[in-house]
Amino acid sequence: MKSVVKQEVLALNGDEAVAFAAKQSDVDVVAAYPITPQTIIVERFSEYVANGEVETEFVCTESEHSALTACLAASVTGARTFTASASAGLALMHEMLFVTSGCRAPVVMAIANRALSAPLNIHGDHSDTMTERDSGWIQIYVENAQEAYDSVIQAFRIAENTDVLLPVIVGLDGFTLSHTLENVHVLSDDAVKRFVGTRKFINVTNHEGKTVPFKLDPNNPTSMGPIALPNYYFEFKRQQEEAMKNALKVIQDVNKEYAAISGRSYGDGLVDAYHVEDAEVAIVCLGSTAGTVKAVVDELRAEGVKAGLLRIRTFRPLPVERIVDTLKNVKAVAVMDRSMSFGGNGGPVFHEVRHALYDAEKHPYIVNYIYGLGGRDTSPMQVRKIYEDLQKILRTKRVETRVQHLGLRE
Amino acid sequence: MRVTAKEKSWKEISPAGVCWKASTQFLTGDWKTYKPVRDLEKCTRCLLCVLFCPDGAIHWKPEKGDIEFDYNFCKGCGICANECPAKAIEMKLE
Repeated sequence: MKSVVKQEVLALNGDEAVAFAAKQSDVDVVAAYPITPQTIIVERFSEYVANGEVETEFVCTESEHSALTACLAASVTGARTFTASASAGLALMHEMLFVTSGCRAPVVMAIANRALSAPLNIHGDHSDTMTERDSGWIQIYVENAQEAYDSVIQAFRIAENTDVLLPVIVGLDGFTLSHTLENVHVLSDDAVKRFVGTRKFINVTNHEGKTVPFKLDPNNPTSMGPIALPNYYFEFKRQQEEAMKNALKVIQDVNKEYAAISGRSYGDGLVDAYHVEDAEVAIVCLGSTAGTVKAVVDELRAEGVKAGLLRIRTFRPLPVERIVDTLKNVKAVAVMDRSMSFGGNGGPVFHEVRHALYDAEKHPYIVNYIYGLGGRDTSPMQVRKIYEDLQKILRTKRVETRVQHLGLRE
Repeated sequence: MRVTAKEKSWKEISPAGVCWKASTQFLTGDWKTYKPVRDLEKCTRCLLCVLFCPDGAIHWKPEKGDIEFDYNFCKGCGICANECPAKAIEMKLE
């Protein structure tokens, strides 16, 4: 693809790519607490602060709950705010995730996806962010370090869009992406600064009946999120749902606009389809696994198998129409889940995709593979086995096991 | 809590629970089950109830030389009745 602006190639791991993107995005406040495998993000950023490379206020907190609380407080005053976490750290933020989305604070948070204890495990899976699926945050899952860099920059534009005003999680697979060095094309500081721009504010009516910008400002006092009883709480939640719907369009627009300056886009920003148009069998997955699946799709295509991949990039808001449309000609689908919904008849991504397809005209066979928990490797051979299973389903017209565990010792 | 059609729709309100009225206009007194009723004979106007009321819903009116319950904000907690040394306040079912 043709790059519109001059770019530099840096050797960065996923965490460093995220920190670099945050550095270029003109962030006013970072409040964070270290946790593996996210620590490098905060470490790098604190170096930028110490070296005077950024004008960011860096707040060291005593816990993740406080880190997100500080970010929320800064964000509602109008500051551009960034933080990062993972696993137990994200779980400790749980309460404040809802307060942040409810206060419509456009905080951007990178999550180096990691398993949850017990038993303790520091490696990658999606248990942490899937647990926060319904917290009102936009969720974007990236495939590689390049996309982590690009997505953090885009996330500020999405979060701060006045039709959205929702916090955004950018999820990158722990270790697989967070700690793996890649060549990352980076834009110039100026190009990023121009792209993210400055925060704009909608007007609201305050308690004195005055029209004021939607931010905490001593000269124009407002109060945010103090209390809403049964007569109003529901209405505020409906507004958040509408903001999520608006985000579907904004994410696509931002993806397009970013492509224009960088030469890089990720599908339509919502889903990234790979050889799905004429595919008979397809895998649906999130994150870095898509890289492995693409390589297997290439092999299978060379062998004459009509295999495809649908990577869901934006999991919240769920791009239902795009999922249905992209899979419309596929005859058998395997959904890969890197987390468990214990007792839930499959993983969360399976639930969502199967649910989306309920209203589709044609219903493909659909099966679920739970995989890669606690950082377990998923090999191309295992992915190949999934496609073989799908082809067998088409031959026999029968699903033997709806939900399977990939790479588990039985 | 009563929800009436007169309330604003989700399209008409500011986001994030931003208050569009002063707190004095949000009448929170309709939570209560019991309301304080005073025996004027027994009351010594010691004003302890005014000090103890956690909601500031009992006002001293110097022009009347007497106190007044503000039922728009009284939650019916009964602290005033409990603290009244003259046992002049009774909590009555609304």
